[in-house]
This record gives sequence, structure tokens and C-alpha cells, in this order.
Amino acid sequence: MQTALLIEQILNGLQFGVMLFLMAAGLTLIFGVMGVINLAHGSLYMLGAFACAAVAAATGSFWLGLVASLAAAAAAGAIVELLVIRRLYDRDHLDQVLATFALILIFSEGTRWLFGSFPLYLDIPPLLSGAVDLPGGARYQLYRLAIIVVGIAVAIGLYLLIAKTRLGMRIRAGESDREMIAALGVDIRTLYTIVFALGAALAGLAGAMVGALQSVQVGMGEPVLILAFVVIVIGGIGSIKGALVGAALVGLVDTLGRFLLPLSFSFFLGPSQGATVGAALASMLIYVVMALILAFRPRGLFQAST
Amino acid sequence: MKRMRGETLINLLLAGMLLLVPLAAWALEEPFYITLATRVAILALAAVGLNLALGLGGLVSFGHAAFFGIGGYAAGILATHGSDQMLVIWPVAVVLSGFVALVTGAISLRTSGVYFIMITLAFAQMIYYFAISWPAYGGEDGLSLSLRNAFPGIGTALPLNFFLICYALLIAALYLFARIRDSRFGAALQAARQNEVRLAAVGIAPFPIRLVAFVLSGMMTGLAGSLFADLNRFVSPSMLSWQMSGELIVLVILGGTGRLFGPVAGAMLFVLFESILGGFTEHWQLLLGLILLGVVLFARGGLVGLLAGKARHG
Repeated sequence: MQTALLIEQILNGLQFGVMLFLMAAGLTLIFGVMGVINLAHGSLYMLGAFACAAVAAATGSFWLGLVASLAAAAAAGAIVELLVIRRLYDRDHLDQVLATFALILIFSEGTRWLFGSFPLYLDIPPLLSGAVDLPGGARYQLYRLAIIVVGIAVAIGLYLLIAKTRLGMRIRAGESDREMIAALGVDIRTLYTIVFALGAALAGLAGAMVGALQSVQVGMGEPVLILAFVVIVIGGIGSIKGALVGAALVGLVDTLGRFLLPLSFSFFLGPSQGATVGAALASMLIYVVMALILAFRPRGLFQAST
Repeated sequence: MKRMRGETLINLLLAGMLLLVPLAAWALEEPFYITLATRVAILALAAVGLNLALGLGGLVSFGHAAFFGIGGYAAGILATHGSDQMLVIWPVAVVLSGFVALVTGAISLRTSGVYFIMITLAFAQMIYYFAISWPAYGGEDGLSLSLRNAFPGIGTALPLNFFLICYALLIAALYLFARIRDSRFGAALQAARQNEVRLAAVGIAPFPIRLVAFVLSGMMTGLAGSLFADLNRFVSPSMLSWQMSGELIVLVILGGTGRLFGPVAGAMLFVLFESILGGFTEHWQLLLGLILLGVVLFARGGLVGLLAGKARHG
């Protein structure tokens, strides 16, 4: 029984990690290529969730909602890049933080205006509802497994995109020397818009998928955004590989910490006291891990070349 | 020199305005405006603290809500244990937030740029989640103070008296800020912002300078937090939230980064927006976002910069 529970928690951790990866990959790509810190990434995540929930409620199809979330987040990303982010490339990080903080306010209040303060709910599509049997007698929600599979597929897709395609080559070139590739005749402004929209679409996808597991509401994006920051700080800013490893690490440490710490503290301190102390410490655990990693490697595990 | 005098005039005007509004409100028996002015003074004090790190040191801390909240919880927790003297609470708030700033600063200052922004944010979140999941002092619901804490010889329950205490602390903090800015330490701190390599070349290590500035900055913000708890007679994890950190940065920038009275102007503008736009529509944050975006993209010197001429640094 305990092993079954442990396997379930490990899978939950992986699922959480995968979702963080979708966020962190976009963030780290945008930072690596354009040098912009984008706080509004959490808003794009929220936007994806709302688009999915609204379209699914109107049409009855989760899959149409998923397409809508990708389209809405990518479009919002492209518009934001054209109107705001484009003006921030030459500014310092403080201006970027402020402008994207302003975008969070605009997105959050705008969404509250359109949809009201009550959360929306999104059902798991019938195709993926139910549970599967795992070796060891555990049963696990099929939908969460599907999220893990989608995340791995996206990771492989991103790797192929960046390592094997012409667009990926330009992205890598943009990371290392933006003046040079502009001089070689690549339209760097369009490239930036594409990268930003791509990152936004990944965030929208994460939001839509998680929307079926929890309620869809204003402010859902920022806690995830901050964890995604922790992920890319651990992994090394600008490194997709780092984002993947960091996301898995943060997802597992957080989920297992919340599961194991209260249990082990109950052993020493008695059930109620132990659960309280354990839960409080578990909520801090990933930040402690981050601090430890930074103490030894101030630029993250996989420091990008820049 | 002329430009400097212009800024001094504006500073005196701002200080006078902040003092006169509550006095007038008191004469007209409109206590609501005294509370608003107290809010301005406390937020300005918190932002003066942040301005030390952000404006002078160029350290973009996105986690100053941590110190603000720690100060608040120091006031709340001490008050629930029966220690209701501000003169006891203030030193505790200052020392505690200074200690946390020392520990988190020692780790985060090993990095710079975007890493620093994200790490300060992450540490503040850590404390936020700790406050939420620790039920002894209210957890998610926060902690109420039954009475405003006491100051010897002054009835703090009277809004005007409490305002004057906050105002006096704000002026003291501004004086301290000016002294630090013009001291050898301040010169080194600003040099570390402008050119770290050159500072190191003249034989001054930037790290200890920045750490001291970060700790002082956290202390001031912590003191403001304990006053904020007393103003609302309520502490909650929202004082520790990332939105609070963002708002503190906004205060500094709206007023003018690195300017002595920038945080005061910023806090005035912010509270003014909040109460005017807030009375006009419940979605006032949408307008605030648009205004902020406009300021960042088009008016980089902030309010004091607009009034007193071009920013002296950038």
C-alpha cells in the first residue's frame, strides 16, 4: 500500500514537473534569445486556461478548447511582443520587470472584467477520464499520465526544433550574436515575435491542461510563474536542458516533500504537531534546495554559454 | 546647482503637503484622509528602504515584501503575547528583518541581474508560504490586533497622533537616506551600481557594500511593516505576497528611482490613484497597469524626474 502511494506521489511530482517545464521552457527561451525577463508569462498561462474553459463550455469539446488556448496564448504573446516587449530589448531588467508587472495587472483585471471573479471549471475529456493500473497494484489517473506524455513530447519536439530545423538554427544564432544574424539578412524582429509566441503557446498549453485539474481563476498563473523562475534559476537561465532537469527536480522535491515530511515528522513529534511542522517545512523545501544549489553553482546547474 | 535647488524645493513641497493634508483633515474632522495620509507615510517609508537597495545600489529586489511582512508579523506576534509597546516592537521588527536580509542577501548577492530578481522573489515566496502554512499565528486568515500598540506619552488610537509618529519616522528615514547617499559608503554603493569593475579596481570589494545596503534596506522596510500592521490592526500573508513586492518597486519608480523624495511622491501618487480610480471603477488596477506601462515606456524619470528635470543617473 505504501509503495503504491509512493509511486502515485512520484507520478504526481513528474506531472507537476512537466507542467513547470512547459512554463519554464518558454521563459528560458525568451530570456535566452531576447534577454527579456517576462513576468507576464503567468498571465499567458491563465489566458490559456480561460480560453480552454470558455471554448469547452461553449462547444462542449475539450479538444477545441485546447486548440483555442494555444491560439489565444500565441496570439496574445505576439501582440504583447509587438506592442510592449519590443520596446524593452534595450532597456535594463528593472524596466522589463515593471512593464511586465504592469501587463500582469492589465491581464488580470481584464480577465476579471470579462469573466467575473468566480472560478470556471473545466472537465477532463471523456477520452482521458478514468484510471489505469500500474505495476504494484496502484491505480493512476489517466489524464495526469497524458499530461506527462504531452510534456515529454513537447520536450522532444523543442529539442528537434532547436537542434534540427532552420528556425532553430536562427534561434541559436540569435542567442549568441544578434547583430551578426541581423547583418546576415535574417529578419530578427520577426524571429523574436515567433519565439515569444512560441513561448506563450507553451504557457497556454500548460494552463489549459492544468485547468482540468484545478479551478480556472484570475491569479492562477503567478504562483506557477514564480516556481518556473525557481526552475530556471536552478537549471541555468537560457538552457532548455536545465529547464527540463530543474522542472523535474522541483516537481518531485515539492510533491514528495509535501508527502514525506509530514509523515516523518509525525514519527518524531506525534501526528498533529508533526503534520503541522512537516507541512510548513515542506512548503519551504524547494526554496531551500534552490538556495543550496545556488550556494555551490551561482549560475545554475546547466549554465548557458552567454 | 540650479537643478538641485529645484529638486530641494519640490522635496520641501512634498514633505509639507504630506504634513498639511492630515492636519487640515483633522481640523475639518475628516479622519478618513488622515488614515490615507498615514498609509502614504508608511508605504513611503517602506519604499525609502527599497530605494536604498534599488535606487542607490541598483539591486532590483523583487522580494522586499518579505521584510515588510516580517515587520508586520513581529508587531502582530508580539502584541498577541502581550508586549504592546511600539518601542519594543520596532527594534524587534528591525533586527528580525535585518537578519533575514542578511541571510537571503548573502545568498542572492552572489548572483546579479535577472538571477538576483528571481531569487529575491523566490525567497519572499518561501516566507509567504511559510506564513500561510504555519497555523499558530493565523495562517492564511492573518492575525488581528485588538488594539493599536502603545507609544509612551502619546495616545496612538487617535489617527492624527499615529500619523505624526509615522511621519516622524519617515522624515528620520529620509534624513538617514540622504546621509547614507552622501557618505563614503553611499559613494561606493553608487559606484558599485555604475561600474563594479572600476570599484573593485580601486580596492573596494562590492559584495560587502551591497550586503550592508541590502540589510539596511530590509530593516527600513521591516520597520514600515510593523507600522502598517498597527495602521490596519491586522497582519496577513498578503503583506508578504509578490504583489506587495511589485507595488513597492512601483512606488519607487513612479516617484523617481534614486531620488530622495521619489518614494514619497510615488506613495502619494499610488494612494491617490488607488482612492480616485478605485472610487471610479472596481477594475482600477487595469488603469494602474496602463499608467505604469506608460511611465515605464515613456517617462523614465518618474514624477520627481518630470518636475525637477532630467534624471541624474540612468
